Amino acid sequence: MSLTDNDIATIKAIWPKIAKVANEIGPDSLARMLRIYPQTKIYFSHWSDLSIDSTKVKEHGVVIMKGLSLAVEKINDMTNGLQDLSQKHAFQMRVDPGNFKLLSQCIHVVLAKRFKAEYTPEVHLAMDKFLSKVALALAEKYR
Amino acid sequence: MVKFTEQERDIVRAVWEKVDVDEVGPEALIRVLITYPWTERYFGIFGDLFSISAVSTNAKLAEHGKVVLRSLGRAVEDMDNIKNAYAELSRLHCEKIHVDPDNFRLLADCITITIACKLKSTFNSNVQATWQKFLTAVVEAMTSQYN
Repeated sequence: MSLTDNDIATIKAIWPKIAKVANEIGPDSLARMLRIYPQTKIYFSHWSDLSIDSTKVKEHGVVIMKGLSLAVEKINDMTNGLQDLSQKHAFQMRVDPGNFKLLSQCIHVVLAKRFKAEYTPEVHLAMDKFLSKVALALAEKYR
Repeated sequence: MVKFTEQERDIVRAVWEKVDVDEVGPEALIRVLITYPWTERYFGIFGDLFSISAVSTNAKLAEHGKVVLRSLGRAVEDMDNIKNAYAELSRLHCEKIHVDPDNFRLLADCITITIACKLKSTFNSNVQATWQKFLTAVVEAMTSQYN
C-alpha cells in the first residue's frame, strides 16, 4: 500500500496547517491514546502524570509531531529517513508495533476535530496511509 | 458483560443526541470504503464502488450507511444488553455476509472520526474514551456469534 503522488500532494498540502498547531495536536493525541488505550501507559510508567495537563505529555506530544514532520520531509524514503527513530522504538523503548495504529486513530480524531469539513475522506485516506507507512518505517529495525 | 456507570451512560447518550444519523451514517460508511477499499467486496450489489467519486456518490451505499448507524441507536437505548441486542446481526454478518470481524473495528473508528468532524460541542478525551468503550462493546457483540 504505497503512497501515490496524490497522497503525497495531499499530505504536503495539509501538513503546514498541522505544523502550525502541532503544539496542540501532538499533546492532545498522546493524552487521548493514554486515556483511551490504557495498555499504552506501560511506555510512560516513569511519568507520574499522564493527563493532557502534564508537562511531560505536552513536551512529548511536540516531540512526536516533530518526528512526523521529519517523516513528511522524508516521505519518499521513510525507511532510511526514520532509521534513528526506528532504532529507538525497537531497542530502547521496545514499543509493541501494534500500538502505532492506536496513536494513529487518536491523531485522526484530533485532526478531524480541528479541521472539521476539511478532513474529508480523501484527506483521511492519505493521512491513514501516511501514518501506516510511518509505523512500518518505525518497525523496520525490529527484527 | 461490559458495565457502564451512570456518568458513562450520560456521556454516550449526549453524544448520540447530537448525531444526525442521516448525515453521519453515510459519511462514516463512505470513509470505511475509501480508507479501507477491501471492504468494498461486501457491497458489490450496490453497483459501482470502484473509485472515490463512485463511493462518495453511491445512493445505495449512503442509504445503507443510515441503516448501519440507526442500528447503533439500539445499543444506546439498551446499554446493559448490547451483546443480546446484536446476536442476530452478528450471526448474519458471520454466516451470510462473511465479514472479517476486524472490519467492525475499522467501521467503529470511522464513526468516531466522522463524529469528531461534525460534533459542535466538545469531543474531549474523556468523552472519546467513553464513546470508545461503548463502541468496543458493540464491536465485541458483533463478533460474539462468530465462533
